[in-house]
Amino acid sequence: MRRFSISPPVAALFLAIVLFLLSGLLPQGFGNNPSVALAQATNILRLAVFVGVIAAGQTLVIISGREGIDLSAGSVVTLTAILTYVIVKGENHMVLIALVVALAAGAVVGFLNGAGITFLKVSPFVMTLGMAGVITGLIIIINHGNVSGKIAPIMTYIIARPLIGNIPGAIIIWILFGSLMWLLQERTSYGKKLFAIGVNRITARLSGVNVIGTNLLTYTLAGALAGFGGFLVVGNTGVVFIALGQPFLFPSIAAVAVGGTLLSGGKGSYWGTMAGAVVLTLITSLLTTMQMGEPVRRMVLGGTLLLLISIYGRQKGFRQ
Amino acid sequence: MRRSLWEILNLRYPFILALILLILAIIINLSLQPNLLQREILNSNMRVFLPMILLAVGQSIVLLGGGIDISVGGIVSIVNAILATQVGLNGSPELMWKFVAVSLLVGIIAGVINGFFIAILRLQPIITTYATSFLYGGFALFILPQPGGGIPMDIANLYRNTMPFNLPLAFFILPLVLLAWWFITASRFGRYLFAVGGKPEAAYETAVPVTSVIFSTYVISGFMAALSGIAITMLTGSGNAEIGGLMTLTSITAAVVGGTAMSGGVGGVAGPMLGAITLGLLQNIISFSNINTWWQTFVNASIIVAALAAPGVIDLIGRRRS
Repeated sequence: MRRFSISPPVAALFLAIVLFLLSGLLPQGFGNNPSVALAQATNILRLAVFVGVIAAGQTLVIISGREGIDLSAGSVVTLTAILTYVIVKGENHMVLIALVVALAAGAVVGFLNGAGITFLKVSPFVMTLGMAGVITGLIIIINHGNVSGKIAPIMTYIIARPLIGNIPGAIIIWILFGSLMWLLQERTSYGKKLFAIGVNRITARLSGVNVIGTNLLTYTLAGALAGFGGFLVVGNTGVVFIALGQPFLFPSIAAVAVGGTLLSGGKGSYWGTMAGAVVLTLITSLLTTMQMGEPVRRMVLGGTLLLLISIYGRQKGFRQ
Repeated sequence: MRRSLWEILNLRYPFILALILLILAIIINLSLQPNLLQREILNSNMRVFLPMILLAVGQSIVLLGGGIDISVGGIVSIVNAILATQVGLNGSPELMWKFVAVSLLVGIIAGVINGFFIAILRLQPIITTYATSFLYGGFALFILPQPGGGIPMDIANLYRNTMPFNLPLAFFILPLVLLAWWFITASRFGRYLFAVGGKPEAAYETAVPVTSVIFSTYVISGFMAALSGIAITMLTGSGNAEIGGLMTLTSITAAVVGGTAMSGGVGGVAGPMLGAITLGLLQNIISFSNINTWWQTFVNASIIVAALAAPGVIDLIGRRRS
């Protein structure tokens, strides 16, 4: 008999919709007012964009396998947010330069991670964790506690404000971004190689995949994508501080897991991660609306995550 | 394939790099702080390091079994919160020991929860223990929302100042742990542990009870985290539900610096102990070396990255030469 199965991205999306509809029944919920409901849904989606974009690089490194993970994403976000903030200084014409610098800075960090992991055989977990410490240290040195800068009006206009109709620019950027990620994973030779090394590095090498190059590129890309995340985050918040990026780190990993990407690598999609980011943001904002205290909020978040991965995050049993 | 001397040494004694790093750290620390080896200073250092040493031991056993435990910090926090609220600053010693027992039980239960999801439901360890770290951390905050409370002064002093035979308490606890570890490696469980960590499928096919071995690693880790929580509560004498949060990642770093591989099946417990002491000494060195405050985080992290990269660099050089 065929086992009943449902693809994780669809399951996550379904869960998000059900949760959202249920949230309408709360005393502070939207009740039966569709326009309020729409506004709330838009707002939650907008908040999910940031975790979602930061989780893109995470998705790539996790698919690449061998315990791939990027714990430096949070500090890269802070670093590039600060860089953007300082470079732009409120001038619209500096935005593109700042974006390039943010991507490049992220890529450099990602490349260093990749080099340590592929050449020096440091495990990704501790390599990226150590790198996170180094970047935080760097930020403290450059920052000296305060930076002067300002984001440009055009960034606020594109990222934080409604751009087309009532849809905020951030969501449009995310949809475009998601399509590009899909193209990258499914329609390029890099994407094919990424999944190949995620499944089995030895067979990948024997089939002519440049394993070292692909792995390096994956971490570099992950860094650059986290850098892009930092650029978006500062465009939304408009202020920078040293702990800006850290709160995004673990939600970004959780979003990948909730979206059905296997943490052992080789299987997954960015669509799933996007759905995962929406689910996580939804749960967090639900708990905030219900005015739960921090302790309860944490416990519910942990419990939900556990429940979600219990449903479809299970690995194969040993008995075949 | 010919192996270099370094590789053979590393395979035979996984703690060798940690030992070299520790000796280096002691030498540098001694030059900055000449009275390091005086018994008072030694005691005050070791009592600060002990909680992390215990945590790193538990963590490395999980790593050896091919898993990872991100929830250890949460368990430390729960234990700290329980002791600080239930015993209180004016509690009697009997009450304290009663809740020490309760804490150990709580640690074991937390480990059982982790083990259930990972070994029996076969969820991925990293995300599972991440989820339970929220559960445990949230629970600790639920018990003790604001920092406060504590344990009686004289019980805290018992931990801080007891020096049998003029040696710090840690000098007696560490050999005990090592002895227990030696016992484990000599036992059937020890061999199972390495087999499961190395290649679980192969272990399963050769009739190793994979599920119960993985399960037990998390229970051991939970127990060690509870011990660590008790030690840190006696060290600080006060309660703070966020105390364990930062300890998780350090415990993993200590285990890896100590030669335990994240991929499982390689390493031991002696190395992570030395690793934890080295990381502690590194903090000492940095605070004694008059490095500009702005630079401290950077220097600390860079040294850790260098220590992690060192085996790889040595390996690369060795391969180029042969």
